[in-house]
Amino acid sequence: MSLSLDDVSRIARLARIEISPAEAEQTRAQLNGILAFIEQLQAVDTDGIEPMAHAVDVVQRLRSDSVTETDRRDAFQVIAPETEAGLYLVPKVIE
Amino acid sequence: MSQWEVVIGLETHVQLQTKSKIFSGASTAFGAEPNRQACAVDIALPGVLPVLNREAVVCAIKFGLAVGANIAPRSVFARKNYFYPDLPKGYQISQFEIPVVAGGGLTIRVGETEKFVHLTRAHLEEDAGKSLHEDFHGKTGIDLNRAGTPLLEIVTEPDMRSSAEAVAYAKALHSLVTWIGICDGNMQEGSFRCDANVSVRKPGGPLGTRREIKNLNSFRFLQQAIDYEIQWQIAEIEEGRKIQQATVLFDPDTGETRAMRSKEDAHDYRYFPDPDLLPLEIQPEWIAAVKAGLPELPQAMQQRFQASYGLSAYDAATLAATRDSARFYEDALAVAGKDNAKLCANWVMGELAARLNRDEKEIAASPVSAAQLAGMIRRIADGTLSSKLAKEVFDALWNGDGKDADAIIEVRGLRQVSDASAIEPIIDEVLAANPKSVEEFRTGKEKAFNALVGQVMKASKGKANPQQVNDLLRKKLSA
Repeated sequence: MSLSLDDVSRIARLARIEISPAEAEQTRAQLNGILAFIEQLQAVDTDGIEPMAHAVDVVQRLRSDSVTETDRRDAFQVIAPETEAGLYLVPKVIE
Repeated sequence: MSQWEVVIGLETHVQLQTKSKIFSGASTAFGAEPNRQACAVDIALPGVLPVLNREAVVCAIKFGLAVGANIAPRSVFARKNYFYPDLPKGYQISQFEIPVVAGGGLTIRVGETEKFVHLTRAHLEEDAGKSLHEDFHGKTGIDLNRAGTPLLEIVTEPDMRSSAEAVAYAKALHSLVTWIGICDGNMQEGSFRCDANVSVRKPGGPLGTRREIKNLNSFRFLQQAIDYEIQWQIAEIEEGRKIQQATVLFDPDTGETRAMRSKEDAHDYRYFPDPDLLPLEIQPEWIAAVKAGLPELPQAMQQRFQASYGLSAYDAATLAATRDSARFYEDALAVAGKDNAKLCANWVMGELAARLNRDEKEIAASPVSAAQLAGMIRRIADGTLSSKLAKEVFDALWNGDGKDADAIIEVRGLRQVSDASAIEPIIDEVLAANPKSVEEFRTGKEKAFNALVGQVMKASKGKANPQQVNDLLRKKLSA
């Protein structure tokens, strides 16, 4: 499998990354290089092997249901570009 | 009847009743000031890691057990990628290929017809924040208090064939999740939200293209939105247009659905396993422990009410609609006795329900306690109270004018008179005062008899036992 320039610009758009045509060509070559490695991996026979969801074969630890976080809004909002009435302000979103 | 068959599947977001969020230790309490309950994990500061809340998993296990589903011994959290300002990570942590709960289902009832609605799956995920589009100088305000609140998304098979069935399912599900205590069921606060997938087809034909109605937070809106959508789709097809798959919103003001503006890539979520979270393992011992702590489930209780108390399926379903109502009924029965099961059921579903409804009170906060109602029912059963007098006693109990039925009967002299030696003189007086009615009765007018009964009841101030008045009067007239 190899990616076209259209595929690359679509992936960039989904990830909200702006790339120039020159960057798109360069990115395409790099991504196709990665896909070539994956093709090699896919040549391995994995019949009967359960897929892993994580690189480490351990399971999730759970926390008890208790409130441990205190209100730190003021500290967080110091680094926000714009706030009002406790809200983070962002450019108008229309659905 | 139209020649179109309606196909509906529902996805319900049930907010789980935990103290803290699904992946952080921030509080989930409703109504805090904006962003006071949004911690570093919830607002996605760099370097933070999610840690799964055990209680959220317990809720999922409870639900799986309650609907007879499979609980996955190993399930996986995945990232659902999309950009929206109230989703600060740029992805929602959800489950995709291996959800925690799969299969099972719910029995619903529409009129006299029962139907089993199959569930596809139920998975754990986090809620997003809230966008406030009111005017902030042309900007949108973001409140992340809700971000990270645990949700169980419950997905049905496309098994429903009408808006009535969809509403019956939503109500049954609402009743179940509140019954097992995993959700507070508060629809106004968004704790229980439905998305409806609706399509129409020729009966037996292939499935039509569906449109998804988002975020319906009342049973009435669910019904209205589906009914409108069905009519709209049928009209489109009959006018020769094709249905385009779309996400639509319901506008309660106009009663119409309209398609959301969506970009072509909007549904490319590029799910992949979240590397920040390891697989969730649920051992059989854990499931067994949760099962041991589950209350008797609504359906089992309904069957028991029918078998042990001789109630109809309708009565049993009505009384066991909520845990509070079932508890009230059984508490009343414990005092009134099993022989009065039907009488108790009638009072709880009749007079009591009507009063609660009128005063907008929940049964758990009923001014008349189960024991008080039962005390009154015992006095109906033993003949002390006629049903008319009982209503007066019930009124007094409701208004707090007496600690129990016996006290009220005593103070107000409401005791029904069933003593023949007390009733007979009243009858004699009435007969003497109404020779015309007596004459009419003797010439075969049954109406005249009823008039005489009415006179006797009136003369006794409603206290004479009506059955006895009937019997004694008939005996005297035929003498």
